Amino acid sequence: MDFLNAIVALANFVIIPATAYGAQLALGALGVTLIYGILRFSNFAHGDTMAFGAMVTILVTWALQGAGVSLGPLPTALLALPAGIVATGLLVIGTDRVVYRFYRAHKAKPVIYVIASLGVMFIMNGVVRFIIGVDDQRFADGERFIISARTFRNLTGLDEGLALRTSQGLTIVIAIIAVMLLFWFLNRTRTGKSMRAFSDNEDLALLSGINPERVVLYTWLIVAALATTAGVLYGLDKSFKPFTYFQLLLPIFASAIVGGLGNPLGAILGGFVIAFSEISITYAFRKVVGYLLPEAWEPDGLLQLLSTDYKFAVSFGILLIVLLFRPTGIMKGKSI
Amino acid sequence: MTAGSPKTVLLFAFVTVLFIGTGFMQSWNTALTIFNMGLISAIMALGVNMQWGYAGLFNVGVMGFVALGGLAAVLVSMPPVGEAWAAGGAKVLAGLALGAATIIGAILVWQKMPPGRLRGLAVPAVLVAGFFIFRAVFDQGVDAVESIDPALTGYLGGLGLPIVLAWPVGGLLAAGAAWIIGKTALGLRSDYLAIATLGIAEIIISVMKNEDWLGRGVKNVTALPRPVPYEVELQASDWFLSLTGQFGVNPVTTSSILVKLSYAGLFILVLLVLIWLSEKALNSPWGRMMRAIRDNEVSASAMGKNVKARHLQIFILGSAVCGLAGAMMTTLDGQLVPSSYQPLRFTFLVWVMVIVGGSGNNWGAVLGGFLIWWLWIQVEPIGLLLMQVITSGMVEDNGLRIHLLESAAYMRLLTMGLILLLVLRFSPRGLIPER
Repeated sequence: MDFLNAIVALANFVIIPATAYGAQLALGALGVTLIYGILRFSNFAHGDTMAFGAMVTILVTWALQGAGVSLGPLPTALLALPAGIVATGLLVIGTDRVVYRFYRAHKAKPVIYVIASLGVMFIMNGVVRFIIGVDDQRFADGERFIISARTFRNLTGLDEGLALRTSQGLTIVIAIIAVMLLFWFLNRTRTGKSMRAFSDNEDLALLSGINPERVVLYTWLIVAALATTAGVLYGLDKSFKPFTYFQLLLPIFASAIVGGLGNPLGAILGGFVIAFSEISITYAFRKVVGYLLPEAWEPDGLLQLLSTDYKFAVSFGILLIVLLFRPTGIMKGKSI
Repeated sequence: MTAGSPKTVLLFAFVTVLFIGTGFMQSWNTALTIFNMGLISAIMALGVNMQWGYAGLFNVGVMGFVALGGLAAVLVSMPPVGEAWAAGGAKVLAGLALGAATIIGAILVWQKMPPGRLRGLAVPAVLVAGFFIFRAVFDQGVDAVESIDPALTGYLGGLGLPIVLAWPVGGLLAAGAAWIIGKTALGLRSDYLAIATLGIAEIIISVMKNEDWLGRGVKNVTALPRPVPYEVELQASDWFLSLTGQFGVNPVTTSSILVKLSYAGLFILVLLVLIWLSEKALNSPWGRMMRAIRDNEVSASAMGKNVKARHLQIFILGSAVCGLAGAMMTTLDGQLVPSSYQPLRFTFLVWVMVIVGGSGNNWGAVLGGFLIWWLWIQVEPIGLLLMQVITSGMVEDNGLRIHLLESAAYMRLLTMGLILLLVLRFSPRGLIPER
């Protein structure tokens, strides 16, 4: 019985939150990796692209809620998500036209794009704060739990409750659908194949008549969709605050790099590696161990490796360790 | 383009006009406050310019080095907390020594043992065992230190030395951190290095926020000693009162201006020394070698230049300058507030200064520091003014009007991004380009 309790406690505090967070990071890291693979730079504005998408979705959600539209047990934000994606798509394509295309035409060094993306980051950050402010915004509605801790306890008779929030369940389901769609697109469609060809060998792809501007356009559209989805899911799961989204840059980059930059499968793997290490290194294991050990051996301390405030430090620590031993990430990313 | 070229002189004259204008339009106090931070910004920009402009190293961890400088101000100048030292000082130090020994031990094991499965197991074993021993000793010490009067101290305090000494110490602290980072991360290509430095800055900030024994964490250290007299002391001194009486000026305002002028004097001195050194370095064979490495690493390497060692060198130098600026800034503020260190302000804004001013040119970096810092402060009132003009036709309680007026503060981020993009596009070498 105690063994089961320990597993439930672990699932409740580590496995479920880390899976949901990992899925959000993976969606974010996929966007970063696609930009890196095809446009060949690290996009520092990615966190703020996510914030912008989430912001538009929140505004549309509020409008829908005001009009009395709802999805019943599901959050209304799902209805607003397509609007967010379209707006973000327009924004990033506009950015590409105004900012990045110039440097592409002039074959600028990759680091110039990165500095330009800093400028874009500032602007997007300002726009988001200008429109929605800097405060926490909650926009989750509908049913809060798929299973609440109390229901679970009544159902199983265990001491330890297991709660699965709707936002967490949704995150996992939507992330799976998004990833499946992405891989179907990259592997089965003509445009997807030309994107992969372009990423593998730009010159060869150009030689075989692939239109680079088209590839770039589709990349940005996909990135907009992924970023908005990741942003909205993160916002539903925790809350929306522009500064938090900016801070997400570090774990997202860490995920993309740990997995191997430019490698979509790596981005997903990296997202989960980072999420699980962040949460398990900063989780206090006292409760779990308490169930497993006889009472006399019960630990005094919290059995926490690091305080929760160090979670960014954990992402980065993992990143550094991986880079020291595998300089291009676990799944062999590219280095330009 | 030399330092004395007409365009450079004109640009500096323009910035001078901005500051003097601020003095006349707003107040001399405001103008001097902006000017003092402008001096510090210029020094930070000089540091980043060494790394980016001379050597092409993309460091987005400026904030971490600045924060270390701030920490140095506390460690050098605050009086030591005797009780805390007695209670847990030895254990904290022993814990830190054990932690360092663990890392050195792991590195030794890695180097001495032949590659293979055994080594793959031994290194993590040393690290894990070391970590738990470190925590056992360290945590006891930390608990003891932090329980000594946490409302007032709860930390070990500093050395009680004059705060000006903290400036070089801040530089040294930042240089030490840069050495460790450079050793591990400089082998990475530019984007990876950028993200590595971004991460390290976050780690430094989270350590400073959480390790209360070190710098009181988010409880902040306030009332740092000053290198210049206090306003109240001036107002109480006879020579000052007789002087203000002679000129017929308000002693309160004048004392605050005099304090700011004293700070400015100290900072100008540091800036002049740094500029002189930077110019000498840039125009020496060493500076030419750096630029040669930046422009073509492969051929510089083929000519027998040790690229990695040179990169490490310039990375340490540039970071030390940022650390120095950080210590000066904390001195000016009179307090250390770890939660105020935010990358948008302390890393990316410094980057805007360097790019706008002109990377690779020390005078450009200094100009960028003053100009961008002035804008950063003044965009808010200008934005508010703009919003007032735009919304002047609307009724008082119009929702849009209120929103626009409240959001004017966020104009500064937008403006900075816009300036960065415009300069990068239309004048990619900055306002004062590299010679």
